[in-house]
Amino acid sequence: MKNKLLMKKILMYAFIIVTCAMFFFPFYFLIVSVTNASIDVTRGQLLPGKQFFENLKTVFDTTDIVNAIGNSSIVAIGQTFIAIFISSLAGYGFEVHPTKGKEIVYTLILGSMMIPFAALMVPLFRLFGVISGFAPGFGIDTLLGVMLPYFSTAFLIFFFRQNAKMFPKELLEAGRIDGLSEIGLFTRVFMPTMKTTYAAAGIVTFMNSWNNYLWPLVILQNPKNYTVPLVISALGSSYTPDYGAIMLAILITTIPTALIFFLLQKYFVAGMIGSIK
Amino acid sequence: MTEQPTVKKKKAGKLERKRKVMSWAFVIIPTFFIVVFYFYPMIQSLWLSLHSGAGIGLEFVGIDNYKRLFNDQAFITAVKNTFIFFIFQIPIMIFLALVFSVVLNNKSLKFKGLFRTLVFLPSITSLVAYSLIFKYLFANGGIVNQVLMFLNVINDPILWLGDPFWAKVLIVIAITWRWTGYNMIFYLSALQNVDPSIYEASTIDGASVIQQFFKITIPMLRPVILFTSITSTIGTLQLFDEPMNLTSGGPGNATTTISQYIYNLSFEYTPNFGYAAAVSYSIVFFVIILTVIQFRLGREKK
Repeated sequence: MKNKLLMKKILMYAFIIVTCAMFFFPFYFLIVSVTNASIDVTRGQLLPGKQFFENLKTVFDTTDIVNAIGNSSIVAIGQTFIAIFISSLAGYGFEVHPTKGKEIVYTLILGSMMIPFAALMVPLFRLFGVISGFAPGFGIDTLLGVMLPYFSTAFLIFFFRQNAKMFPKELLEAGRIDGLSEIGLFTRVFMPTMKTTYAAAGIVTFMNSWNNYLWPLVILQNPKNYTVPLVISALGSSYTPDYGAIMLAILITTIPTALIFFLLQKYFVAGMIGSIK
Repeated sequence: MTEQPTVKKKKAGKLERKRKVMSWAFVIIPTFFIVVFYFYPMIQSLWLSLHSGAGIGLEFVGIDNYKRLFNDQAFITAVKNTFIFFIFQIPIMIFLALVFSVVLNNKSLKFKGLFRTLVFLPSITSLVAYSLIFKYLFANGGIVNQVLMFLNVINDPILWLGDPFWAKVLIVIAITWRWTGYNMIFYLSALQNVDPSIYEASTIDGASVIQQFFKITIPMLRPVILFTSITSTIGTLQLFDEPMNLTSGGPGNATTTISQYIYNLSFEYTPNFGYAAAVSYSIVFFVIILTVIQFRLGREKK
């Protein structure tokens, strides 16, 4: 009986370790490949090589990755702060002051979660063509244009409303007695109380923005404005790809999201599952 | 929360009204953004789909674009590919995610956190980045073929990127790697709410681990499974980044998805926004149909 249990345990650990090894393997390959020459990457070299500094030089000399990291940082950070502020306004409004009219609006907004982005792509592109006409700073081929459609999203509004359900509304009454205005109640009472929710929403938004590919691909034209995924994609489909250098570019541009994940794991997971509460 | 008593309401009638106006003020700006960037494009898309051409030279063609869909081989192939990914990838991924979540929920397991992190880690990579990593892993002389040949599973390298069948398999493998851990997190969190005494009782009754998995875990997690399968469906129907960067939709059109076809129609070929809009409405149609079906299936056996 004891032997059987032990066997079971060994089998379970073997299963887990093999599985985890398979999930981790592409990361191992990525890390090793940044030290290898282009040809060794496609040959599947699994041992570290000596090409790291050459690859580093190639990445910085021949690609726009530094510029792209700058662009992506502007887009991701800007989008994150603006989106969580604007979307939380609605989440708060819908939850704290519910009315029949607002419920209808809310349901319609939730419906927009079902709309696939591919269905919006062409009309959005045309819309931004029009915006370019009178406000070029927000139009086609601008970083603001990349962010604009994501300032208010159904997902974030839903997320904030779900979490606002746990917000103690007595605090609002207390704030009113203290003479705070309705806006003051939001910025001085709701926002500080919901810090965790903001952190979680912010992380998810940042990750999505940093990794967003299709919309920037549609709206950005000048390579100077390219964000990270566009540059990586262009490197991958170039005629003479340097695989070691591409892997290094991928590794460098994955570091921000990896750091956020490891440092703020708790909030990140809360941000993911907060939507199904 | 109960409503405030009416007396107080009358007293503070003016204040109340002001509050009501303010409460709309909170939702008006976010709603405006949603209307401009989601609802307006949806309506515009419908209008476009009844026209032909791009830019200024749009011409009204009625439902011709929709009729054309049924005879368009490239469109039919894209729909077929998308559905192949949908039918094979989602069940495999959900099943694996369920198994991992149950195994990694085991209380006596050591290094639980590390194992969970390792399975989840793919979810932090960008879709473009991991697509390229997989492209090199599965290159002809790449490491995957080498390992398979070393293990004598195959004699000749598999043309992962060059064979219509294997290219589809590769996409399924890649997406499964990227999203299994992501879905697992939802199941793990739902498992925290399952009362352990149910398992204990069934163990005493002589139920095996596999029986418990199918008879207890899956029914208990039904709502979360429904949620993840709907989000995965919407994701798969919009699949774009992976086929674009991993296989470029090839070989031929073997891995071209509907989203990619819309992109090509709008920005790669001679632009035909009207027809692209009609194709995009097909995705909306599929999303609605499949979501309704899943809701029905997910709720049926209660």
